[in-house]
Amino acid sequence: MLKTFPKGGVHPPENKISADKAIVELPLPKKVFIPISQHIGAPAKIIVKRGDIVKVGQIIASAGGYVSANIHSSVSGKVAKLDKIFDTSGYRKDVVVIDVNGDEWLESIDKTTTLIKDISVDSEEILKKITECGIVGLGGATFPTHVKLKVPPKKIATTLIINGVECEPYLTSDHRLMMEKSEELMVGTQILMKALAVDIAYIGIENNKLDAIQKLSELATQYKGIEVVPLKVKYPQGGEKQLIKAIINREVPSGGLPIDVGAVVHNVGTTVAVYEAVQKNKPLFERIVTVTGKSVKEPQNLLVRIGIPVIQLIEAAGGLPEDTGKVISGGPMMGKALNSLDVPMAKGTSGILIMPEDESKRKDDKPCIRCTKCVSVCPMGLEPFLLMTLGENQLWERNEDERIMDCIECGSCVFVCPSDRALLDYIRLGKNKVGQLIRERKVN
Amino acid sequence: MSDIVLYTILTVTAVGVTAATILYFAAQKFKVYEDPRIDQVEEALPAANCGGCGYPGCRNFAEVCVNTDDLDSLFCPVGGNETMASVASILGKAVTEQAPKVAVIRCNGQPQFRARTTEYNGAINCTIEHMNGAGDTACQYGCLGGGECVDACNFDAIHMNAETLLPEVIDDLCTACGACVEACPRDIIELRTKAKKDRKIFVSCVSQDKGITTKKACDVGCISCSKCFKVCPYDAITMGNNIAFIDADKCRLCRKCVVVCPTSSILEIGFPPRRVKEEKVVAKEKPDNVDNKEKNA
Repeated sequence: MLKTFPKGGVHPPENKISADKAIVELPLPKKVFIPISQHIGAPAKIIVKRGDIVKVGQIIASAGGYVSANIHSSVSGKVAKLDKIFDTSGYRKDVVVIDVNGDEWLESIDKTTTLIKDISVDSEEILKKITECGIVGLGGATFPTHVKLKVPPKKIATTLIINGVECEPYLTSDHRLMMEKSEELMVGTQILMKALAVDIAYIGIENNKLDAIQKLSELATQYKGIEVVPLKVKYPQGGEKQLIKAIINREVPSGGLPIDVGAVVHNVGTTVAVYEAVQKNKPLFERIVTVTGKSVKEPQNLLVRIGIPVIQLIEAAGGLPEDTGKVISGGPMMGKALNSLDVPMAKGTSGILIMPEDESKRKDDKPCIRCTKCVSVCPMGLEPFLLMTLGENQLWERNEDERIMDCIECGSCVFVCPSDRALLDYIRLGKNKVGQLIRERKVN
Repeated sequence: MSDIVLYTILTVTAVGVTAATILYFAAQKFKVYEDPRIDQVEEALPAANCGGCGYPGCRNFAEVCVNTDDLDSLFCPVGGNETMASVASILGKAVTEQAPKVAVIRCNGQPQFRARTTEYNGAINCTIEHMNGAGDTACQYGCLGGGECVDACNFDAIHMNAETLLPEVIDDLCTACGACVEACPRDIIELRTKAKKDRKIFVSCVSQDKGITTKKACDVGCISCSKCFKVCPYDAITMGNNIAFIDADKCRLCRKCVVVCPTSSILEIGFPPRRVKEEKVVAKEKPDNVDNKEKNA
């Protein structure tokens, strides 16, 4: 019997169209727009000015707080201007516009592809390098990795979990990464194990990626303490709390963090980025993005520099199909529709999904029929229909009592709702308001 | 037979007297003194329970009024100066008059001025739409048209205009309680001091984008060109955050700024039509302003 999390979950059609497409590097553009807020937490502070010459990997904005990350130039060239353009959040945010000139990397970066297995640095040095290289969680939440690696006092990390689940339909970037950078992933895992001082690491992979499971299982025999765990296919298994429950059968307490049960979870993309940062001194300025959709001519897995407008990625995949209804950054379940195609690629962009017109519209919402489908699929054991009703009536305190802050916004409730109710919209609203209440309480 | 009736009456009376005695002493023991003036003040208040004064309801406001020494920091926007004067006379305290206020919508992004660039497909709720991004136009500061201010108003003073897709305030009904100001996630609604004859001049734009970005998104947005700032003889206009702001307390309603504004983002409401010579200028440069005047007349 394959492992999985016990409570709730759904089975959306997988549609992993681009699963067997090898990673292709996207040619350099003429201009890049690098957002300075690509992570959760405080935006970075710009340290370059107009007219500065920058090289690939050079730091252009430094972390603006404890929960923040450095931003590096993804190209070499001249800083054209500091501007504000739409980013994936749907708002105009500060970007650094750089005119590309050649492709000159910083000398300290090792551009070769040779594998360096020996980890010569100690855990403090590892943490320092990860902080400098601006590594953030590449699974989508973009939480700064160095913060996650600092274990709070009185807590002990016992297990490292590497998240190779990729439970979102359509997306295949993590799958391709596991296939093509398997060795780097293993060394990256060992670096993270050393940084956290843990002996056991599990790599969780869903059973729809059999080739990756086989390849990594074979490799894992050469590395001490790493085990590959095949998992039953079920959404949202890639959620941190669900993955911990599935692999080591521990439940993160309500309002707690994975470290409360001794676990630390990192995405495979993050792990490879950690390898490159520690062993090759390479900052995070490029990532793998899946460009896909049912009517896309050539679905692709692209290696893309940060800051390239989304439209160029779509052109590389055969252009925008005629029946396009909307373009989503991320997967179909948790991704966000873009309001402009000039939005630049950021560290958290795991996929660009192009939905055809007939699938992109919501249906009219109808009254709740109390079928409780949303309750039975909620992986966190919440009652989405109730949370929505309370949100509509602005009863924020009751929303808090009903544990609205435990919602991971996976969208399973909306997926199954036969009345097409905007459950998640109102739950997000409730989370926002309850968050404000909690912050106000802390201040007073 | 008569014995039973007698005993029953005696027993019930005895129980009644005992209970009454206990209740009497209990009431004496647990008596809570409440200032009778609180009831009087509450009587004088409008009983709207809107929260415009900053307290949860009229009763709470009355308590605060009785317990405070300085009434000047308290104000009931619904009742206005009259109510505050009667409250002051009940309590024997002094109160200074405050200028009445009215809510204004600082966005004029009607569909013909502000093109729809995307389609919003989520729940119809301003805050949710605001959380999801800029909305269905390229302006990330303007009105989303979800009508949360309409729902928030206890006095039926705001309505959505089906043509402009913007909310409209009925000045006579507006009590300036501030419920709509709080409800609006984009901070478009402002409480402004009322001028004579309900005349208003204000910048109907809150866009903090640079001029060029604002202009691309909306034809009637403030591009912060500072023309009004330069022409104002009373120093009522301040520039900041790429936006002009007219201070209602300093503005003398001379309308010079309205004429110079290149994007017609300064609205004049409640004025009689301009004289023939001026009207030409107005008709040429500000057709939409004339529209607005007629609408609000």
